[in-house]
Amino acid sequence: MLLSGNSVVMRKALLDALSLPAFILFFTMMGFGSLARGAGFSAEMSALSSMLIWGLPGQLAMVELTSTGQGIIAIVFACSLANARFLPMVVSFVPAMARGRASLPRMLLDAQLLSINSWAVCLREFPHIEPEFRHRYYVTFASSILFAAIIGTLTGYHGAVLLPGSMVLGLIFVSPLFFALVLSAVPGRAERFSMIFGCVTIVLAHYLFPSVDVLIAGGVGGSIGFALNKFLQRRNVD
Amino acid sequence: MSTESLWLIVLACAAATFIWRALGVVVVKRIDAQGAFFQWVNCVSYAMVAGLIFRMIVMPESDLAAVSLTTRIAAVAIAFGAYFLFKQRLVAGVLAGGLSMSAMAAWLG
Repeated sequence: MLLSGNSVVMRKALLDALSLPAFILFFTMMGFGSLARGAGFSAEMSALSSMLIWGLPGQLAMVELTSTGQGIIAIVFACSLANARFLPMVVSFVPAMARGRASLPRMLLDAQLLSINSWAVCLREFPHIEPEFRHRYYVTFASSILFAAIIGTLTGYHGAVLLPGSMVLGLIFVSPLFFALVLSAVPGRAERFSMIFGCVTIVLAHYLFPSVDVLIAGGVGGSIGFALNKFLQRRNVD
Repeated sequence: MSTESLWLIVLACAAATFIWRALGVVVVKRIDAQGAFFQWVNCVSYAMVAGLIFRMIVMPESDLAAVSLTTRIAAVAIAFGAYFLFKQRLVAGVLAGGLSMSAMAAWLG
């Protein structure tokens, strides 16, 4: 049975967000908030960065380069590059949402709301939700975690919570761990191959071209995964 | 830096990130979701996200770099163990992994 009904889907989205991702974003954005303060940004600027950039790798690049006194062009370029993954992520996400025909402004708004959390969680949950209610699930989930992220940014900025170092490590660790667990359940041979080769590629890419390592891992790992899957498909057919 | 330039940085960074999202919308409106091109882009995004996460765990630039690779891998193993032990509940895996990371960091220094 697929889930359907606005209230059912919205409740599930809210519960799914509150079960982990909202807390994870709260804590990771706390880290961003305190770094942003150190780099000289105001509380409003930091909160607005989380809301409008809405991609941590880019936000971190912005804060890091600003604190080392780089020029504006270099900062914006590095931030943009660190968030370039949104292009393929939007492309793979929109058809899975099965929203049908939406106007361009609405699609852009959906794209602005997308983050790595929503991407991973929604792609995992969509198969269990009736297509016409998937968009509702996505918007509820994404705006809940965005809200948590903004509160986290402000909390970190004002240094409201001081935790012992070992606990901070546990909290930092939770974010990649969550994604690793979510992705371990991804079905589909092509996707699985791509993820494996993405991990292999990034080791090399990180040493050779650290600023674009994620893009290289995606391009190379994804292409190998795609090709390998096609090759195996063809061999089975013949 | 002046307040004006910091505001400019924030807004320009937001715009520069939005460009990728908008390009994604432009591309998705033009392609066939059943076609090979879409499948390839899908593979690329999975490889990218997996690579990013792998980097965060194995080659971290955060404070996690202070913890040894063995400790990080052990915590990941504990997380996956708990995840499969408790019927693939994400909360169980994340809690076990996060707590064991904190405990090992506190004990091993």
